[in-house]
Amino acid sequence: MATMTYRQALRDTLRDEMLRDENVFVMGEEIGVFEGSYKITEGLLTEFGPRRVRDTPIAEEGFVGAAIGAAMLGLRPVVEIMTINFSLLALDQIVNHAAKIYGMFGGQCNVPMVIRTPGGGGQQLGATHSQNVELFYSFIPGLKVLAPSTPAEASAMLRAAIRDDDPVLFLENLALYNTRGEVPDDLEPAEIGRAAVTRPGTDVTIVAYSRMAHVAAEAAEKLATDGISAEIVDLRSLRPLDRETVVESVRRTGCAVVAEDDWLTYGIGAEIAATIQEGAFDWLDAPVRRVAMAEVPLPYSKPLELAALPSAESLVTAVRDTVRATGR
Amino acid sequence: MPEILMPRLSDTMEEGVVSAWHKKPGDKVTAGDALVDIETDKALMEYEAYEDGVLGEILVAEGETASIGAPIATLVAEGETVPAARPASAAETSAANGQVAAPPATVTDAPAPAANGAAPATVPAQAAEAAGTATSDGARSRPPSSPLARRLARENDIDLTALTGSGPGGRIVRADIESALKSAPAPAAPQVPSPAAPAVAEDPDVERVPLSRIRKVTARRLTESMQTTPHFYLTRIVDVGALLAFRKTLNEALSPAKVSVNDLIVKACATALRANPVLNVSFTEDNLLVHKRVNVGVAVALDDGLVVPVIRDADRKSVSQIGADTRELAGRAREQRLTPQEMSGGTFTVSNLGMFGVDSFTAVINPPEAAILAVGATRKDVVVGDDGEFTARDRLTLTLSVDHRACDGATGAKFLGQLAELLENPFRIVA
Repeated sequence: MATMTYRQALRDTLRDEMLRDENVFVMGEEIGVFEGSYKITEGLLTEFGPRRVRDTPIAEEGFVGAAIGAAMLGLRPVVEIMTINFSLLALDQIVNHAAKIYGMFGGQCNVPMVIRTPGGGGQQLGATHSQNVELFYSFIPGLKVLAPSTPAEASAMLRAAIRDDDPVLFLENLALYNTRGEVPDDLEPAEIGRAAVTRPGTDVTIVAYSRMAHVAAEAAEKLATDGISAEIVDLRSLRPLDRETVVESVRRTGCAVVAEDDWLTYGIGAEIAATIQEGAFDWLDAPVRRVAMAEVPLPYSKPLELAALPSAESLVTAVRDTVRATGR
Repeated sequence: MPEILMPRLSDTMEEGVVSAWHKKPGDKVTAGDALVDIETDKALMEYEAYEDGVLGEILVAEGETASIGAPIATLVAEGETVPAARPASAAETSAANGQVAAPPATVTDAPAPAANGAAPATVPAQAAEAAGTATSDGARSRPPSSPLARRLARENDIDLTALTGSGPGGRIVRADIESALKSAPAPAAPQVPSPAAPAVAEDPDVERVPLSRIRKVTARRLTESMQTTPHFYLTRIVDVGALLAFRKTLNEALSPAKVSVNDLIVKACATALRANPVLNVSFTEDNLLVHKRVNVGVAVALDDGLVVPVIRDADRKSVSQIGADTRELAGRAREQRLTPQEMSGGTFTVSNLGMFGVDSFTAVINPPEAAILAVGATRKDVVVGDDGEFTARDRLTLTLSVDHRACDGATGAKFLGQLAELLENPFRIVA
């Protein structure tokens, strides 16, 4: 068991998987000589050489397409897209090719490709570089979308993603790279598609993922001092979605608040709210509330950016209102 | 157009009196603003708005009473016109359907965070709810209720139309079902006819004075105590010469702060209860609840009733802290400004009528506590010493009322002895 950053956990896992399986290789912008914009591929070029650590041109559609081809022919590419914002340039490759090849060609070949990419605002990177558009991929059958919130999860889930035979969008978050946590030495690959109750509680369920799982933990601490016992469900996988764990939790608590880092309208929270009313309607004592980003292109100004992002305070308020609506 | 409902401000509250409105119709209301003062059975409390809007119509005027969950005012969205007064008959109180007449635009306009954009987006709950309760004809016999409440009602055979909802918009929620369940299975208590219930209405020699809320609650609780708790009483005279001298020394040291004899008695009770917790208990049907904290209530007389603010963890507080707390709580008790929390959770009570010249009396136990101490006035008595010599001594009489279900005579007597010993050796109270 070692304590390490989310960044280190990703880097060590990539290295382990490259050592384990020579078909695993990494490619992306600035990942070789520069060792990655966020240093996830540090040391890999030196250790594995340019055949398995490939710097690419600034051409997302091109290198994602190349990775799909490599995957179809039996390699296991791990593509880094510098931020999820740039994945939009490869949207056609991801949505129309990676996701559909297995089904459209009668299962003749899989696309065992991983796209690692961070999302997240709060870094003063401006509106075009601060988005959380994981929804675009969570919407597409044929893709898997993972969103770990801790170093241990990041490691176990990246392992599982690389070994999975389907295309996986592996969502990281800029605000999480420097967070620390314990990572067991012999970590098994995670089971893809399982959410986890990361904090048990009795009064209300908070559903969150990625950075919002941390915000939810902070909010739950504050709520505990008011005597409100919040249960946190960390989704961990956006597709497939573990509806069962969410529904079971809400059946225990009777009400729920969804904390999402994307925009409210048509967002991940809308899907979770629909899941809850389908599965736990007769257990609901109050309407499901959602806490999300303000519906604006994220401002560059620090105070405006912070005001637009969902925070522990806004979550605490939403939870209090929800619990109050149940007469407690 | 959501309605503001009479809130449930304490466990025992059934209805509340609107004491004063802080806003008038047309005033802008922001969540957290003081909206209205509500007088409950226990206290006068300020009630805050928890939604933004503009105060529409006041349905319950100052001085009037409404039961929990009944609408007391309406809140409209900013920019929406305040509707002309409409008759608010009692039958209509659960009519959340009155809201559906509002133009649907208010529903669709409300969650438009893109337009004003700065704050993180949450869907205003009332918009979601208004959409949920809208029906085409506006007629609706079933009161609004949460799915959970409906399921529980179904499973427990409860008629929802007989309940008043305490949730937003009068929605029946789980808590309402649970309180209905709690009150339902109890076998109807045999109606004890008031022995003297003559038709006084026509008697010109009798004036009818309506009971204040405090009086009503005091009456109900004391009746309950005397009817359900078998009391026994232990009386003991305590020599307080040393206690008075000790208090004098203490006050000289603490000046200008002061402690009273009663503060010392409260502290002595707490110390004795900590050392010997036999009376720091509550009797229930199946269990004796032994309280780990010592919270001593101090009875405070009001003009028309009695309240008992609680000194929490009195065993761990200094005498001067107990004195300061008692005076602060008693002051607010007289202004009816105590919160229900400040009057609950006691594990023992001290009642002192010494200042009225009463030599001794028996007090009624304050349930669910197991004992109460009645303190009489300090008197100079002539005492015959062991050697036959007569001396003048300062003495007061303590009477302990004890719940015989929880504790027996000898045990109570032992506790009273320990208390007397502390008071006669006052340094040990603070040791």
